[in-house]
Amino acid sequence: MTNWSDPTQAVRATAAQMADALEAGDVTSVQLTQAHLDRIGSVDGDVHAFLHIDTEGALATAAAVDADRAAGKDLPTLAGVPIALKDLLVTKGLPTTAGSKILDGWVPPYDATVTRKIREARMPILGKTNLDEFAMGSSTEHSGFGPTHNPWDLTRIPGGSGGGSAASLAAWESPLAIGSDTGGSIRQPASVTGTVGVKPTYGGVSRYGAIALASSLDQLGPCARTVLDTALLHEVIGGHDEMDATSLDEPVPAVVAAAREGALGDLTGVRVGIVKELRGDDSGEGGGYQAGVKQRFQESLDKLQAAGAELVEVSCPNFEYALAAYYLILPAEASSNLAKFDSVRFGLRVETGTIERTMAATRAEGFGDEVKRRIILGTYALSAGHYDKYYGAAQKVRTLIQQDFAAAFEQADVLVSPTTPTTPFKIGERIDDPLAMYLNDVATIPANLAGIPGMSLPSGLAPEDGLPTGFQILAPAHEDARLYRVGAALEAALAAEWGGSLMEQAPELSTNKVEVSK
Amino acid sequence: MSYTYETATRDFDPVFGIEVHVELNTKTKMFCGCINEFGSEPNTQVCPVCLGLPGAMPVPNQKAIESAIRLGLSLGCSIRESSRFARKNYFYPDLSKDYQISQYDEPTCYEGELEVVLDDGTAVMIGIERAHIEEDAGKNTHKGGGGGIQGADYSLVDYNRGGVPLVEIVTHPIEGMGERTAEVARAYVATIRDLVKALGISDGRMEQGSVRADVNLSLRAKVAAGEDQSAVPLGKRSETKNVNSLRAIEAAIHHEAGRQADLLSVGKPVVQETRHWQEDTKSTTPGRSKEEAEDYRYFPEPDMLPVQPSREWVEELRGTIPEHPAKMRKRLQADWGFADMEMRDVINADALDLIADTVAAGAKPQAARKWWMGELARIANEREVAVSSLPVTPQDIAELQSLVEAGTLNDKLARQALEGVLAGEGSPKAVAEARGLQIVSDDSALEKAVDEALASQPDVLAKIQDGKLQAAGAIVGAVMKATRGQADAGRVREIILQRAGVSE
Amino acid sequence: MSSLERSDVARLAALARIDMTDQDLDRMSGQLSAIVDAVQKVAEVADSDVVATSHPIPMANIHREDVVRPSLSPAEALSGAPSTEDGRFRVPQILGEEA
Repeated sequence: MTNWSDPTQAVRATAAQMADALEAGDVTSVQLTQAHLDRIGSVDGDVHAFLHIDTEGALATAAAVDADRAAGKDLPTLAGVPIALKDLLVTKGLPTTAGSKILDGWVPPYDATVTRKIREARMPILGKTNLDEFAMGSSTEHSGFGPTHNPWDLTRIPGGSGGGSAASLAAWESPLAIGSDTGGSIRQPASVTGTVGVKPTYGGVSRYGAIALASSLDQLGPCARTVLDTALLHEVIGGHDEMDATSLDEPVPAVVAAAREGALGDLTGVRVGIVKELRGDDSGEGGGYQAGVKQRFQESLDKLQAAGAELVEVSCPNFEYALAAYYLILPAEASSNLAKFDSVRFGLRVETGTIERTMAATRAEGFGDEVKRRIILGTYALSAGHYDKYYGAAQKVRTLIQQDFAAAFEQADVLVSPTTPTTPFKIGERIDDPLAMYLNDVATIPANLAGIPGMSLPSGLAPEDGLPTGFQILAPAHEDARLYRVGAALEAALAAEWGGSLMEQAPELSTNKVEVSK
Repeated sequence: MSYTYETATRDFDPVFGIEVHVELNTKTKMFCGCINEFGSEPNTQVCPVCLGLPGAMPVPNQKAIESAIRLGLSLGCSIRESSRFARKNYFYPDLSKDYQISQYDEPTCYEGELEVVLDDGTAVMIGIERAHIEEDAGKNTHKGGGGGIQGADYSLVDYNRGGVPLVEIVTHPIEGMGERTAEVARAYVATIRDLVKALGISDGRMEQGSVRADVNLSLRAKVAAGEDQSAVPLGKRSETKNVNSLRAIEAAIHHEAGRQADLLSVGKPVVQETRHWQEDTKSTTPGRSKEEAEDYRYFPEPDMLPVQPSREWVEELRGTIPEHPAKMRKRLQADWGFADMEMRDVINADALDLIADTVAAGAKPQAARKWWMGELARIANEREVAVSSLPVTPQDIAELQSLVEAGTLNDKLARQALEGVLAGEGSPKAVAEARGLQIVSDDSALEKAVDEALASQPDVLAKIQDGKLQAAGAIVGAVMKATRGQADAGRVREIILQRAGVSE
Repeated sequence: MSSLERSDVARLAALARIDMTDQDLDRMSGQLSAIVDAVQKVAEVADSDVVATSHPIPMANIHREDVVRPSLSPAEALSGAPSTEDGRFRVPQILGEEA
């Protein structure tokens, strides 16, 4: 039972509980929002999940919701529940940096569609969270504004590129967050922070106003601490958007209903496919996974089986090309998407004589190394004489990966794997070895190439280091609901074993009020 | 020796190609809902999409796709069943995303041909390689240094025109036109201009930039008679941009042919490059020399989906294509029975529609032509205006002509009536009535006038009886004068001959 | 072996309009070369009959009606610009040809 008047308890509730409490009048949105702002003030000096905090805006939204509720008006389900947005989403009137110095200080004149939906859902926006610069990375170490620290162990990475969003959840700074996932940037941070994150089917959530990295791979998605919370948020942000020509023209899948059904714990008749190439055996890409990761994965499989699911092994042999294809398609599309950062209409300008030289000097100063690497790689992949061999070939690999998934989904309703090969590593450990960093994504990338939806939820702490591991579920395109059903069932089974959620086992963060430097 | 166009095309074999960009007259831009209008205050017609702001995404304009397909069908092109947009990547301040969304290896329209009819009636078939859809860039204004880009201190960018829909039409290389190359090039662009206006997809105004042409020209060695000219490899070509009028197209080809011939004749190479047309000096200047050609790194646009026009829709659109201008002219010429030269004059005078409308209002074609190309053209010339801007309608002319055919007016009276119409006095019938213009056909009045005239010129009757029938002319003249030109001259002559007791 | 040469990196950086110092080139060439080596295995499928996928979910013919939507105000449009003049974006000297 949450004592809502105690802010430290209030922030540890789930979003679903907060929504109920707001509805019941047990707490006001202003109280709730203030509690989270206070929490941010206490811990974000250490965690550094946020790049920008909008105290005034969040409280104004909260107050308006409270007033409308008191007046008996009908409100959307999550009205008054605070949320954090990855700083890749354009927010009118609020700074948006994409984690890059090249956009430091930019205040967009328009809202992303997802931002608009969140405003229409009357959710107070706490602020913008940290990310690897332009979402390029798996550790948030490539942010132009300093890394985010994993609340489970502040010396470790929170995952990336959406480490800020995941950390804000794990540090109880926000109950809900929006992330983006191009190769695992929602799922991998969820895995290493003990939280839940979903990449919807490609086109399931509008990309209008999400600063583009790789247009054919990017998806915005919901992040939370529980499967149900994630589903509630999914239904707010999903749906067709006429401003996004690639958005699906179909209703949002019934993910909340699926989550509630799954929580009842019966998976009879569900075929769960274990992808051989992503199990983390030594023969796989990049070698074997960490032992504790594999152990928790196996235990989670046992739980699914106990819930009535049938386990089958499937093989996706073309996955061996997935990482390579990804690291061609992404840089190629990104190199084109990032050309607009040219000092002319917005962002940094380092004036140097002519416009050509100004552009080159601006981009040299404004972009970090990882971004530069990928732009150059992408330029190479598209350049005359190399297209067929690189970008063209990578697009063919995509087709093969889709075929592998199609075949696998004949035998299974969902596919599963560990989300990441390891638990969170130390900040600085892999920063100088790009290839080693890329291996973080080996299990998550295939879903982006194929456009299918994926979820990561906590599968326990690795025994050897006590750090979070994640369980990945994949479903066919358009079948996002299956993720939630299976995920909720697993979550319930694990919670029964742990006596509560994994997050309840997280270490206390020091709550000295530190000056939060932004 | 410095080559002229004439000597260059005498000594070398010119091959040319044209790329025409047509600005579509859709209400909104190609990929966003900003208004597509000319001449507004800078940056008042922009949005995140056409401004290239981070996060914005393009959505294609259905009407623009339709216009492009109709244009392609008019050019005899096949319409691709599935085509993807492509990004053409390069950096330039007027290109807001630093890539242009265009079509690369999947143009919506491909492989067609267009019949172009030259002034003397010669018909030439121009092979069309493709017509594809793309977006326009914004506008740079250069400051300092005289307004041009050379020597400018800085530039100002307005993105109002950024994102406007364009269709780019590319011809196959056109060979074998010899000294008529410039003429054919000009006629081709004029035909395209007329075509897009007839389709209603563009206002076709070159002076406003809604039809733009880039002209490619190369020269190759001329083979001896009987040998196969097309076996000679094409020479290096220059591309001349900024050619803003039909006259400039001809002039640019004239200049380039001479310039290239000068180089080739002394063994110097022609550099494959982009050049700019300078209207003031009637010459071309080289563009910026680049160490290597720009690599545009084309790839399929990932933010949009393939355009797949159904075959049913394409056929539906085919039904909306107006008749090809050249075909229409052939048909009208045959219907009207005009000689080639007559037809040509009509077209050159831009009087085709006027005559067609006059015929539609009931006049015979030759009569209509006589009025518009004769009296009305003369008056227009005098007043230094276009014949189409005279305050008289084709319906007026048809009515006027009907009065002449009914015998109510003769040619001279008709012209007087016309004067009245032009002066705003009303329709030809009204003017004739008000001014009392009418041929006198009342025999007794005519006989009286004839008798009076004969009386005052007594020797004429004797001359006529003597066989000198032309002497009657003097009496006719006198009667016409007496009746202020309103006598039916033919009838007067008959009466005179009767009086003389002589027959024709 | 198609590793990326240092001169290739320099040329690509110029094409991408990113200034690189010698140290940058030194540092990045090795890293990029290694990445290119790792990713070029995709070339094994390049000649196959497999059709390329550019969009993960098969869809087509998404367009919008030719209907006007509100634009940004000029103030909003210019709001992020480093430099403006006369309601336009001001840029330093452009060399080269008219677009």
